[in-house]
Amino acid sequence: MRYLPLTPADRTDMLSVIGAKSIDDLFVDVPGVARKAELFDLPLHAGEMEVERELAALAALNRPAGAGPFFCGAGAYKHHIPATVDHVIQRSEFLTSYTPYQPEIAQGTLQVLFEFQTQVAALTGLEVANASMYDGSTACAEAVMMAQRVTRRNKAVLSGGLHPHYSAVTQTIAHAEGMEINRLAAAIDAEAAVVAEIDSDTACVVVQTPNAFGTVTDVTRIAEAAHAAGALLIVVTTEAVSFGLLKSPGEMGADIAVAEGQSIGVGLSYGGPYVGLFACKEKYVRQMPGRLCGETLDAEGRRGFVLTLSTREQHIRRDKATSNICTNSGLCALAFTIHLSLLGERGLRDLAALNHSRARQLRDALAAIPGVEILTPRFFNEFAVRLPQDAAAVVEDLVGQGIIAGAPYSRLAPEAGLDDVLLVAATETTTEADIAALIAAMKGRFGQ
Amino acid sequence: MRFTKDHEWVELDGDIATVGITAYAAEQLGDVVFVETPDVGKALKGGDSMAVVESVKAASDVYAPLSGEVVEGNAALGDAPETVNDQPEGLGWFAKIRIADKAEFEALMDRAAYEAYLGTL
Repeated sequence: MRYLPLTPADRTDMLSVIGAKSIDDLFVDVPGVARKAELFDLPLHAGEMEVERELAALAALNRPAGAGPFFCGAGAYKHHIPATVDHVIQRSEFLTSYTPYQPEIAQGTLQVLFEFQTQVAALTGLEVANASMYDGSTACAEAVMMAQRVTRRNKAVLSGGLHPHYSAVTQTIAHAEGMEINRLAAAIDAEAAVVAEIDSDTACVVVQTPNAFGTVTDVTRIAEAAHAAGALLIVVTTEAVSFGLLKSPGEMGADIAVAEGQSIGVGLSYGGPYVGLFACKEKYVRQMPGRLCGETLDAEGRRGFVLTLSTREQHIRRDKATSNICTNSGLCALAFTIHLSLLGERGLRDLAALNHSRARQLRDALAAIPGVEILTPRFFNEFAVRLPQDAAAVVEDLVGQGIIAGAPYSRLAPEAGLDDVLLVAATETTTEADIAALIAAMKGRFGQ
Repeated sequence: MRFTKDHEWVELDGDIATVGITAYAAEQLGDVVFVETPDVGKALKGGDSMAVVESVKAASDVYAPLSGEVVEGNAALGDAPETVNDQPEGLGWFAKIRIADKAEFEALMDRAAYEAYLGTL
């Protein structure tokens, strides 16, 4: 079949079949205020050079993370990506807007997804992982809804250490499932506070480690308490490199682990596309959302890969599907897998150790500034500090000096009243010169 | 044993009906890989979706052939869903229902009528 756009006659025919007069009739459910009445004010055509010039000028208004000292984390981290990653993902066999899943034609893609799942299961210490989700936050929401299906209970407790955007996405999505979300107040080091909130209708508790303030927590006891009450434990991680050093969620008793995989192989890209990691205990696999790739044998006994347990999904199960998600972040998952394969097990451990030592250098340097207080008791590569002034104002001021000092917590949760809290992250890309520049600029700002 | 047009069978013992899918349905589905049986205590009306049966390439609803309350689901299908293929009208049963009205049972097709119905498909 050739793909050709619809003619006006095609449109008229289709509309008449479904009994609509115009395309607009199909959008009557969208409130008028949310609809744009006229087209965007864009020129209908322009020459290539002209377009390039204009877009380059717009792009130059952005400040790339690599343009100077950069200490932002808060769920998206600046790491080095080997050149190999970009080269391989751009091969035409992989780079398609459509993820080819048919086993007869897509063994390469399917094998990559299988390897990706194997890596995610190993990192999270759980038995089974899916072929990825859109990002960490939607993976978190999917995990909460999965807990509802597994336990047939209706409440979820979100820790005060969960990234505020993750909490918000979870509330938005789970709300449509009729779930009651109990979101605890922001807390730097109180993941275990979720336990006291469990009742007989609690499907799951959601904790994060390292959490939004960078705090690392051993959640083993929380897992035990949740299980004793018949609830599942969901562990969230926004910095996947931390798996290289820290005890895995599975080892600590998590039933479901979700994570943002951007740190491994995926650039910051102004916030996306990213890649969500999702793993769980095998006994819950039928309730897992998303695509799942399995290894099998073909008719001649040769090893091959196929999508498996697809009957969970909406193209087969319609309204009874486990999730609305029938896709994955294929290309970002591929980038993740290539980068992690290049690192290997020891390489990831070394990279994680390097991240941690850079962050400790940063902590020591910041702690030496009078009036700056380190708030995070145990961290991996990111921690929270209290500044003597409004954090957003300090960041804004330092941007003028070419330094991105970190993420003010108020940017994530303005309502939390933590206006003097700054989240700072260091990675393998952070140099001693970067740290020295930040310290000098801060001292200047505080009149020291 | 009585039958429905949705290819379920019912066997009545007192007021307890055992329900499953017919050999014809099992063959049409192909290899069954998972069965979701109803919860004990669930109240069903005839025609309600009662269970889900999954084969390698499809998931199908199984409908309650008559009204009543679920008293047991076949837990053995959890570890051995292939029983539905091996013995669809025996050990591969899905659920036991305490029926509300025996007239509903009498209204279903007997085997001869079901075989005749299959001949029309």
